[in-house]
Amino acid sequence: MFSWLNKRRSKDTLKDRLELVLAYDRAQIPPGKVDALRNDLLEVVKRYFPAGNSSVEVEQHGDKVVLMASIAIDENVENAGRQGR
Amino acid sequence: MNAKVIVVTSGKGGVGKTTTTANIGAALAKLGEKVVVIDVDVGLRNLDVVMGLESRVVFDLVDVLEGKCRLSQAVIRDKRVETLYLLPASQTRDKDALDPEVFKDVVRQLIEDEGFDRVLIDSPAGIESGFKTAAAPAQGALVVVNPEVSSVRDADRIIGLLEAQQVREIRLVINRLRPKMVASGNMLSEADILEILGVKPIGIIPEDDGILVSTNVGEPAVLGKTQAGQAFMDTARRLKGQDVPYPKLEQDKGFWAIWRRLFGGA
Repeated sequence: MFSWLNKRRSKDTLKDRLELVLAYDRAQIPPGKVDALRNDLLEVVKRYFPAGNSSVEVEQHGDKVVLMASIAIDENVENAGRQGR
Repeated sequence: MNAKVIVVTSGKGGVGKTTTTANIGAALAKLGEKVVVIDVDVGLRNLDVVMGLESRVVFDLVDVLEGKCRLSQAVIRDKRVETLYLLPASQTRDKDALDPEVFKDVVRQLIEDEGFDRVLIDSPAGIESGFKTAAAPAQGALVVVNPEVSSVRDADRIIGLLEAQQVREIRLVINRLRPKMVASGNMLSEADILEILGVKPIGIIPEDDGILVSTNVGEPAVLGKTQAGQAFMDTARRLKGQDVPYPKLEQDKGFWAIWRRLFGGA
């Protein structure tokens, strides 16, 4: 809907999709598995820093696929089950 | 077509098997069937990207065949069309990982245990083991053919092999037809192809830039408004037994086009 407002061209979408899918292909890992890992990681982080604004993203570094985590630890931690580190 | 299990094949590569599988699968689901599309091109999977479901693949067909996961874990539900599902191929293995008998059993389970109304199998190109495995469980076949010499020749070969494998219902999907070229007499028409191959078409899909755009963004064309998407939708209706006439495909109606039709010339 409102596609005339959407300036993004289909080839740009394709390029993003291909970069990601090729990274997974080269690393020989199923994308859905990494997605599940990412969600699990975020869930664990949330247990320690419930209000933290954390993110875990998949990135390609050279020929390696890496998960880049940005974990905000500036929250108070009294609700956490254990001390993080 | 009565066949619940239909293989989509062509012999020649690059004629639109995967696009046809994705679109007819999505169209049948839109028409209310519970459909699973299976990618059998082990090592070169592509149905996942064409359907835009690549980020959701965890397990694949080979994992199922080797008992590494349950069938229901490997089947991905499409969130845009209710009742549309994908069983992806493995990207990291080779074709020898597929045993036709085990594959047949998986397809049987999809129908008997998982309750699918229709199974569409995207065959790899070629006539070797990958194709034979893909065709093994099929009662019907959609042979995708482009109106050009090598595709028609390979289609004929594939039709012979399908008949030898006891596939009963064989229909043609003529893909990438260019009405202008047919009108000017420089491309085989659907009638020519029927005459040469002796197999009835069930769909005629015009060449359409919209197909590239829809695969770029990973959305089957039947969910949009392209001419080709409409043609795939009509094909699915015919597959379900409805009598859908073929629309007159858009032609060049300009003065010179009519002049050329009347007086010949390219």
